[in-house]
Amino acid sequence: MLPELGLVSLLLALLLSLALSVLPMLGAHRGHGPWMATARPLAYAQLLMIAISYALLTWAFLQHDFSVAYVANNSNSLLPLEYRFTAVWSAHEGSLLLWVLLLALWTALVARFSRALPAPVVARVLAVMGMIGLGFLAFTVFTSNPFERLLPGAVDGRDMNPLLQDVGMIFHPPLLYIGYVGFAVAFAFAVAALIDGKVDAQWVRWSRPWTNVAWSFLTLGIALGSFWAYYELGWGGWWFWDPVENASFMPWLVGAALVHSQAVTEKRGNFRGWTMLLAIAAFSLSLLGAFLVRSGVLTSVHAFASDPDRGMFILIFLALVVGGSLLLYAIRAPQVETGKPFAATSRETFLLANNLLLTASAAMILLGTLYPLLAEALDLGKISVGPPYFGLLFILLMAPLVLLLPFGPLMRWQREDITQPMRWLAPWAALAAVAGVVTFFAWPEGTAKTAFGIAGAVWILGGTARFMWQRMRSKGSRFTAEMTGMLLAHAGVAVFVAGVFITESTSIERDVAARAGDQFQLRGYEFKFEGVEKHPGPNYLADRGTVRVFRDGQPVAVMHPEKRAYLAGGQVMTEAALDGSLSRDLYVALGEPLDQSGGWALRLYVKPYIRLIWLGSLMMALGGFVVAFDKRFRRPVVTP
Amino acid sequence: MIKRLLPLFAFLALAVLLAAGVMRNSGKDTSAIPSPLIGKPAPAFSLPVLGDPTRLVSGADLLGRPYLLNVWGSWCPACRDEHPVITELATSGAVRVIGYDYKDTTEEAQRWLEQFGNPYDLVITDEAGLAALDWGIYGAPESFLVDASGIVRWKFVGPMTSEVVRDQLLPELEKLK
Repeated sequence: MLPELGLVSLLLALLLSLALSVLPMLGAHRGHGPWMATARPLAYAQLLMIAISYALLTWAFLQHDFSVAYVANNSNSLLPLEYRFTAVWSAHEGSLLLWVLLLALWTALVARFSRALPAPVVARVLAVMGMIGLGFLAFTVFTSNPFERLLPGAVDGRDMNPLLQDVGMIFHPPLLYIGYVGFAVAFAFAVAALIDGKVDAQWVRWSRPWTNVAWSFLTLGIALGSFWAYYELGWGGWWFWDPVENASFMPWLVGAALVHSQAVTEKRGNFRGWTMLLAIAAFSLSLLGAFLVRSGVLTSVHAFASDPDRGMFILIFLALVVGGSLLLYAIRAPQVETGKPFAATSRETFLLANNLLLTASAAMILLGTLYPLLAEALDLGKISVGPPYFGLLFILLMAPLVLLLPFGPLMRWQREDITQPMRWLAPWAALAAVAGVVTFFAWPEGTAKTAFGIAGAVWILGGTARFMWQRMRSKGSRFTAEMTGMLLAHAGVAVFVAGVFITESTSIERDVAARAGDQFQLRGYEFKFEGVEKHPGPNYLADRGTVRVFRDGQPVAVMHPEKRAYLAGGQVMTEAALDGSLSRDLYVALGEPLDQSGGWALRLYVKPYIRLIWLGSLMMALGGFVVAFDKRFRRPVVTP
Repeated sequence: MIKRLLPLFAFLALAVLLAAGVMRNSGKDTSAIPSPLIGKPAPAFSLPVLGDPTRLVSGADLLGRPYLLNVWGSWCPACRDEHPVITELATSGAVRVIGYDYKDTTEEAQRWLEQFGNPYDLVITDEAGLAALDWGIYGAPESFLVDASGIVRWKFVGPMTSEVVRDQLLPELEKLK
C-alpha cells in the first residue's frame, strides 16, 4: 500500500509542477498579482510531495519490501542499515528520484530566499524551475517508476552493487546532484531575464551566490568521487577520464567560467550575452551529463540495452530545454555590448582569457567523450579516445591558465599598464623558477614534471600572496568575503596543481609475490607481510591480509587489505588498505592467492602528496562558499 | 542575429548526433543484426594466452565442448557491469567461458582480473585487435557461443544480463545437447 502512496504523491508533485510552470508565468506576463503569488506555495507543496515520495521509497528499503522491484534489485536482507538508506540512490530509478528531490529543494530555497526580489522576477524564475521539475518528474513517472511492484514479490533481494557499499558513496551522489541541479538556478534566472526582455546585469547579481554554491557543491562531489574511486576501486588512480567522470567535469569547467564572468557582468556590465550563454551552457551540460550517464549511449557504444525509451525521453527533454533557451537567447540577447569599454590590458581581458580557456577545455572534453559516437555515426570505425588525448590537451589548455592566474586579481578594471603587475610579480616568477630548479636537482625522485608542478604552485601562491599583501597595505580597503573566497580558491588551485604533478611524477608501485614473513623495500618504507586470515563481515566473507610498515626501524602503520566475497551476489571486491598523511599515502591491495604455498600477490604503492589533490579541491569549494556569503548579495534591491 | 544563432545551431548538430546514437543503439537491441558467422565455423585464429605470450591457443584447441567466447577489455566500463553475470554463468558450470581480451595491455588486463575476479577457463589476448576483424568484433563486450565442433551458434552484442543468459543463451545451449 505504501509504495502506491509514494507513486500517488509523485503524481501529485507532477501536477503541482505543471501548475508551477504555467500559472506564475502567465501571471507575470499579464501583471496578474495573485497568479504570480502562487509560485511560492506551489514550490513548497511540490517539495513536500516529492519528500513524502522519497521517504516512502526509503521506508521500503528499511523494511526490506522486496515486492517493490527496485528494492528487490538493489538491496538484500543482509544489507547493513546505513547502506539501506544509500541504496535508495544506488541505481537509475532511485537516483532520479533523488535528483528530483534536490531540484525541488533548490526551487523551494529560491522561493524562500527571494523576498527582496520583484514579484514578476520571482514568478518567472520559479516557473522556469517548475518546467525543469516537470520534465524530470514526467521522466521518473513514465519511464522509471521506482515503486513498480514485482509480482510475485522476491523472497530476498539481489543486493546493492558492492562497489557502492562504502561511506564515500553516502555523500558522493547527493553532493554531485546538488551541484548539477544547482546550475538550474542560474539557468532559470537567465531564462527569466530573457523572457522578461530586461537583459541588464541585475539578474546576475541575484544569481551569483546561487551559482557559487552550486559550483562548490559540484567541486565537493567530484573530489569525493575521485577520492572514492582512488581507495575503493583499488587501482591507485584518482582520475580516469571515463565518460561518466567527464559528464561531471564539463559542467564544472563551464561553471568555473560562469563564476568568473558573472563577476565581470555584475561589476562592470560587460560580457552580458556571454554570461547568459554560459549560464545556459552550464545547466545544459548538467542535463547532457544526465543523458550520457542514464541513456547508456556512452558507457560503451553498445550498452544501450536497458531501455531505449529513456534515452529518447531525456534527449527530447534536452532538446526542448536547451534548444528553447538558445532560441530565446538568439532572439532576446543583448543586441550590442553595452558594458564599459575596456583596454586590451585590463582585468576584463584576463577574465575573458580565463573564460575562453575553461570553455575550450570543456569543449575539448565534450569532443573526446562524444568522439566514439561520432566515429560510429560516420562509419569511421571504432576509435577510442583515451586518457592520453585528454591528459595532453588538458595540460596544454591549463598551462596558460596557471600562467595568467596571478595577473587577474592584480590587474585593474578597464585599463592597466601591464608593466606594473609584471614588476610586482617578477620576484615571484623568479622564486617559482628557483623552486622548480631546486626541486629538479634536490628531490631524489623528482623529474621535470615535478619541477614544473612545484614552480606552477609557487607561482600561483606567490601571486595570490602578492595580491593579499597589496590589499592589506593599502589604506581603507577591507577584505570582503568575495575577495577572501577568491584568494582561498586560487590558493586551492596552487595546492591542486602541486598535488597532481608531484603524485603523477613520483608515485611508485610494485607487484610482489608475498609469503608470510616476507619483507619488501619501497621508497624507504619496509613492508612486512604477515599472512592472510578469513574474516567475516556483515554480508561478505573476506580474506584479510596483515602488512606492517616500518621506516628506519620505527613502526609506521599496520594495514589490512581485504578481498571480499559478497554472499548475495557472489561478487568479489578488493578493499585496499590505505595509510594516508599529507605528505604520502601508503597503499596495499591484496591480489590473488598464488596456488602453491600460501603466498599472495600483493600490490604496494607509495604515493607522495596525493592528498594535496583533494585538499586543493576542498579549498576551491570553500572559496566558492565564502564568496556566496558576501554581504553585498544580501543587500536589498532597489527596484527602478 | 546570425552570430547569436550559432550556439543554437551547434546544439542542434549535437542533438542530431545524440539522436542518431540513440536510434542506432535502440535498433540494435530490438532487431540485433545477426552475425554472418552464425551457423558457420568460427574463424581460424591463433592467439597468445594472457600472461603467457609463448603459449598460443587456436580454434582447434577448443574443440570438443561448447564454449562461450566473451570479448572484454579492462578499458571497457560496460564489461565491468557485465562481469558478475559472466562470473555467475562460469561458476554455474553451464558452459566453458573463454575470455577474449580485446585491444588491451597485459598489465591492465591482469590488474582488472585481479580486481574483479577471474571467472574464465582461459583468457586469450588480441592486443592489436586484428584477429577480432575476422570475428566481426567491433567493441566490447560481445559474446559468441561456439559448439563442440567449432560452429558459431549465437552472438550477443553489449553487456549480457541474467535475463539474456536465461532467455537466450541457456536455450541455445539446450539445443546443442
